[in-house]
This record gives sequence, C-alpha cells and structure tokens, in this order.
Amino acid sequence: MILDFSIIPGILPALLWGTKLTIELALIGVAIGLIIGSVVGIGRVSSNKLVRTITGIYVDFIRGTPLLVQLFLVYFGLPSLIGRPVPAFTAAIAAMGINSGAYVAEIVRAGIQSVDKGQMEAARSVGLTAGQAMRYIIFPQAFRRIIPPLGNEFIALLKETSLVSVIALEDLLRKGQVVITRTFRPFEVYMAVALIYLVMTFGISRLVAWSEKRLKVVD
Amino acid sequence: MIKTLGLRKSFGDNQVLNGIDVEIKPHEVVVVIGPSGSGKSTFLRCLNLLEKPTAGEIYFRGQCITDPKVNVNEVRREMGMVFQSFNLFPHMTVSENITLGPTKVRAVPLKEAEEHARELLDKVGILDKENAYPTELSGGQQQRVAIARALAMKPTAMLFDEATSALDPEMIGEVLDVIGNLAGEGMTMVIVTHEMGFAKQVGHRIVFMDEGVVVEQGPPGEVLGSPKNPRTQAFLSKVL
Repeated sequence: MILDFSIIPGILPALLWGTKLTIELALIGVAIGLIIGSVVGIGRVSSNKLVRTITGIYVDFIRGTPLLVQLFLVYFGLPSLIGRPVPAFTAAIAAMGINSGAYVAEIVRAGIQSVDKGQMEAARSVGLTAGQAMRYIIFPQAFRRIIPPLGNEFIALLKETSLVSVIALEDLLRKGQVVITRTFRPFEVYMAVALIYLVMTFGISRLVAWSEKRLKVVD
Repeated sequence: MIKTLGLRKSFGDNQVLNGIDVEIKPHEVVVVIGPSGSGKSTFLRCLNLLEKPTAGEIYFRGQCITDPKVNVNEVRREMGMVFQSFNLFPHMTVSENITLGPTKVRAVPLKEAEEHARELLDKVGILDKENAYPTELSGGQQQRVAIARALAMKPTAMLFDEATSALDPEMIGEVLDVIGNLAGEGMTMVIVTHEMGFAKQVGHRIVFMDEGVVVEQGPPGEVLGSPKNPRTQAFLSKVL
C-alpha cells in the first residue's frame, strides 16, 4: 500500500466547500445554543421552583441522550408528528442549537454560582433590586468565568457537526466520503478531513487560551 | 428607630434566634456581643432583611418592615451594612463601588455621586485610592471603602457585622477609628464585634446575646464592668 498525497490539491476545493457548511452549522448552532443557554442557565438559578424544575428536565434530557438520537428525532421523528418534512439543514441547526443550549446553560449556571454570595448581599444591602444586582454585579463577574468554557463548548460542537453527514448534509466529513467514492483513497482523504478539523479546533483553542489570559478574574 | 418584637429565626431545625426584643433609639450606638453561634450576626442580618425572620416583627422608623407588602429595597437603602468580608465589587474601581448605589437606586447624577464619593473617601482617609481596584488595597483600606460605600446612600442607620474580624491586627485600629468617628457624628449604629475595648469606648449600650436570646443589656460600664448574669460573667471572663 503506497500513500499518495498528490491527490490532495485536486480534492481540496470540494473539502473546503464542506468546511464552509461545517462552520456555518457550528456558528448558527452555537448562536442558538447561546440564546437558549443564557435563558435556561438563569432559569436554573431562579427562585421559582417550577422554572428550576422545567429547565432542569431540559438540561438532563439533552445531556443524557446522544446528539445523534436527537438529530434523528428532529429529522425523521418530527415530520411524522407535524405532517410535513423538515429540511435537513433546518433539522441540523435545530438539533445542534437545542443540544448546545443545554451545555451552555450548565456553563452559565456554574458561572453565576461561582460568584461569591457576599456579592449579592452587598448589592442588595445598598438597595439594588435583585435584577439590578444581577445586571451590574453578578453577570459581569460571571461573564469572565464563562468565556473559556464557552470556547470549549464551541470546539465540541464544531466536531459534533460531523454527525449531520448521516442525514445527507454535505458537510466536511460527507464531502470527504463523496470524494472517496471518486478517488478510492480513503486514508489520504480522511487524514485531510481530520487535519482540517484540527486546524479549526486548534485555532479556537488558542483563541480561548488568549481570552482566558486577558479576562483573568480579579479577585 | 429600630425595634424588634419577638424576633425568631430558624434554619431548618436549628433555632438561631429565640425571641429578641430590642429597641434602638435615634443616634444610639448599640454594640452586640456574645459567643460564636449566639445569633448576633443573624440578628443583625434580620434587621435589614438579608435574612427573613421566621416569626416576630421589626419596626424601622415606625414602619413594620416584616410586613410582606413592604418594599425591602426601600428599607435597605436606609440601612447601611458593612460585612466581615468587605464584599467590595472586584470588577469596579473604588469610586464605582461607591457611586453604584446612589446612581442606580437614588438616581443621583454621576458627577454629583463621584463628588460625594470623594468626600467620603476623604473622610475615611483614602482619597488617593479613588481609581484603584479593590484587589490593590489592603484589608483595612477595603473595609474603609465598604464603609464609604454604605455611607454614600446617606442611610439613617448603619449595621456593622464583625467589621474587623477578617483584618490583620495592625489594620483593626484604622477601621475602628472610622466607626468611632461616625458614632461621634450621631449616626445610629448597631455593631456586632469581638473588640471589647472598642465596645466599651463607643457603645452607648451593650447587648449580650447567648443561644438566641438577649441575656443582659445596659450601659457598657455595667454590662462589661459588673455583669449580673452568670452567662455574661462566664463569657467576659474568657474574652477580657
């Protein structure tokens, strides 16, 4: 068996098209995840027990089941429920966003709870309302601690987008599979695919490390 | 000015306050002493409703503040609180720490609040630290900022919860001086402390608490000098 990497330049355009979709999925997924996660994360520390319970069930369900199953639920399961097909791209970003939301929620909750209780007490004792105390005192401090784990969540999500290849979306991995049917060079192509993922995740992790240094919590 | 009637507080099965009746008059300095776990800090925290009393009533300036209809935020802005662990906001400068309450709660214009903050910093002797962050200050300086932060709301009463317990010995004096000056200006204060010398010096009245009740109270000379209750005697023999 002889490795032949000379095929790479020829297949690169196809792989980069797939990469574009992969990045799109990850960005939209994490954006939806951030919105859901912020709301749910705050709900997890709510004083309202019903809110805490509902958000808790969501987080437990999502984190306790495989993303692939969630993707199938949305793409194959939901159409039978609503009576019409769900486009693959819509299904993918919905599943990724809902999935990421649960993990982001836990990051947000941990960030809020990592702020010393005395901060809330001091804020309330000068007469700030609970909402003002959250806005001016708790969130700004929680935010600095949330950034690094959020970066890690984005890396995880980016890698998990490869699952959408099973619902025929032409992401980076799927493009690789298509290329192999043409070139019959699975090792070289999958290595190229893996390296492209690595370049992206490594870049993000450097960015996270840099932001971690810059946002070092003062306390 | 502040009056408690049958104040009780329990955490689960743990009865911390077992019926406290205390009245604090305007301009009075009341010092609460007692062994650890006697409930003195909980009592103080109940006064501005950081802890919700289990039973009993608290009156502040004639208003029953334990009534659920009362806006606790309005009550708290009238009572300054200083904590054992300072609790300054680490992401804000000294000046921002002090102006946050007045600008957000009382809608004071920022310029005016900053001017007032400088006056207060001058008063507590650290005017030069206006733009420093809390981590750049010593414990004594941080606590003096915390006092300035509480004073910025122009409260009618001040509560001190073991304000010097977390400080190195050489810094206790500078904080006690500030509190002493406030007493001299006629601020109504409730002070929980372990500093008996200070209690004697600034207190108009000493309240000795043990196991969630007020055991003995009176002028410092009497309670600290010739305590009547055996429990007070036992406590003082250990700390004096």
